[in-house]
Amino acid sequence: MKSIADWLDHRTGLQTAIRQFLYEEIPASSGWHQVFGSVAVFLFLTQAFTGALLAFNYAPTPGDAYNSLRYILTELTGGRLIRGLHHWGASMMIVVVVLHMVQVFLYGAYKKPREATWMLGVVLLLLTLAYGLTGYLLPWDNRAYWGTVVTTQIAGQAPVLGPYIQRLMGGGGPVGVVTFARFYGLHVLLLPPATLVLIAIHIYLVRKHGVAPAPGDELLPKQQFYPRQVFKDTVAIFVAFAILFVMALVARVPLEQLADPTDTSYVPRPEWYFLFLFQTLKLFSGPLEVVGSVVLPGLAILTLILVPFFDRGKMIKVTRRTFAFSFVLLGAIGWTGLTLAAVKSTPKEAEVAVDYSAPTDWMQLSPEEMAGVAYFRDENCISCHAIGELGNSVGPDLTRITIHKDAAWMIQHFKRPSAMRPGSSMPPIQLSDAQLNALAAFLLKLNPDNATALSNAPDFATQGALVYLANHCGSCHLVNGVGMKVGPPLNGLSKRQSRSWVEEHFADPQKLSPGSFMPPYKLSPKDMENLTSYLFALPE
Amino acid sequence: MTPVERPSSEGISRRNFYVGAVYGMWAAISAALGIPALIYLFFPPKARKAEEWVEIGDVSKLAPDSPVEMVFRRNRVDGWKVISEKGTAWVVKQADRSIVAFGPQCTHLGCAYHWDEGKNDFLCPCHSSVFSVDGRVVSGPAPRPLDRFDVQVKGSKLLLGRLRQRREQNG
Repeated sequence: MKSIADWLDHRTGLQTAIRQFLYEEIPASSGWHQVFGSVAVFLFLTQAFTGALLAFNYAPTPGDAYNSLRYILTELTGGRLIRGLHHWGASMMIVVVVLHMVQVFLYGAYKKPREATWMLGVVLLLLTLAYGLTGYLLPWDNRAYWGTVVTTQIAGQAPVLGPYIQRLMGGGGPVGVVTFARFYGLHVLLLPPATLVLIAIHIYLVRKHGVAPAPGDELLPKQQFYPRQVFKDTVAIFVAFAILFVMALVARVPLEQLADPTDTSYVPRPEWYFLFLFQTLKLFSGPLEVVGSVVLPGLAILTLILVPFFDRGKMIKVTRRTFAFSFVLLGAIGWTGLTLAAVKSTPKEAEVAVDYSAPTDWMQLSPEEMAGVAYFRDENCISCHAIGELGNSVGPDLTRITIHKDAAWMIQHFKRPSAMRPGSSMPPIQLSDAQLNALAAFLLKLNPDNATALSNAPDFATQGALVYLANHCGSCHLVNGVGMKVGPPLNGLSKRQSRSWVEEHFADPQKLSPGSFMPPYKLSPKDMENLTSYLFALPE
Repeated sequence: MTPVERPSSEGISRRNFYVGAVYGMWAAISAALGIPALIYLFFPPKARKAEEWVEIGDVSKLAPDSPVEMVFRRNRVDGWKVISEKGTAWVVKQADRSIVAFGPQCTHLGCAYHWDEGKNDFLCPCHSSVFSVDGRVVSGPAPRPLDRFDVQVKGSKLLLGRLRQRREQNG
């Protein structure tokens, strides 16, 4: 073993290089406050890894992107975790990069001779933001699409360069295949190698000038990077990764509806770390808008880059850098204020909130079957019966085809369980015949493949279906191929009409569609909301 | 630049703790990233709808032991898509009037073979595998008989199901 290692070292110098790297001398004051750079590098590599994994099952064109991502989320084992890691990793990376900068700033570690290291760091911050910007488009859902429409418009406002930047983004016209290809190309082909090279130079510069010492360090013996500081860096990396992993497992990353350029009701909002810019923009209007969108952010970046030249004093103790502290504090307050204001101004999600990252087989159910889901839940059938992996096993698993009977048998069974199945301990279900019919219709649809998907049906859909049945909408309208064709079919309603139009239409159909013979319906606000949401969630 | 070992045993044990903890934490991180990655790459996607039977044509007028190449369209799940693709099968009415449908690829290396009227054999042009009319290997490098589709005959229509490999030479 040793001879192989010696051979390798003699021919490549690998071990000597590693040793030099690990046993670098660092100042006595080094410690926990200097771990953020390592965490940032780690997160970058994790992003590259999870990004490559996603790319293995992702088709980077507007035609396929959304469906391939849905495939990753709903059909591949571990796909949701990998996407979660990549999504939350992006947010975490921005947090850590900013913390790294704040630490360097507070300690004044950008001072001579480390100006270039700092300036390169600012460029790396911008690259990190560029990943966020370009990656945002790639799921090609409504959020991605409309967010990018706004971004490309803002880029177009830049003085002099605006039209050129916009051209480069493939924009100018509507966001489409060209913009998508450019964002994808930037995100996976150009930015990663650029980042790698800049990180390498950044670390080289850190090594060249040494880790910035604190005043007083010159009197103390130096310590070695390995193992004490490596241990501290690793602990920080481990904690960051643990948080990231738990977030990826627990916090569901939504996938909205497929990007729809004709959707007039969508309110785009940028990712949280861009909200403060979004809010700044609102402070300026008319010809001054460009101040908020381009001039101020540009000046901020310039200031950040030039920090080492504004502050050229001697190194002093971090506890005495009150100006730097108040500067960071002001920045933090400003950022928080703007972000909070933006969050406050974000309208509550009144629109149909369907999570398309989960199986959506429930959308294919007829209104009667959907009402059956509501009864199934109301009667708490799942406290005894299993459907696939869910529920208990006191009663039989309802997805097993072998126990399936026809609807008539089921309805008799619901009324008097022990009559149809002697010895059954199931209590009778107290519902009307029509309601039992709906329940039976739903149970007939169940199979092991769609069981978990059916239990995903949102409450507004099951409740909306109840309202739909109670008002006999199906006597005139068609939903998922079931009903009558007297009135227009209701699939695709969300593409044809706005929500407010539909709600107004219930109250007075003739006012909005003259000649219609639909009677007016007086629905309670809750019923109205559920029914409209349900109809809007129907597949086209 | 060699490490300066501290002589005290306390320094050494602390150093060992650092080193052990570093290795341990990196191992945990690698496992937490690596295992899901392997699962993600190697587990097959959750099965979607099983392939349906596809009707490929009329077999009432087939002459016995005279293979006909039939072309049909069928849907196949391809990743996140269901694609409609062209398929072919060599359909033979056997002497006992049962219908057999062979997959169109040679079992050696997947070339398309054809029926040789003169020799009454299936010939593969790539490496000269020869199959008899019932799909058995007559000569050449082919390792197993021709693959067969599951078949159903409804009236005069032939329905094809999944393509299956057979290991045995007979039947």
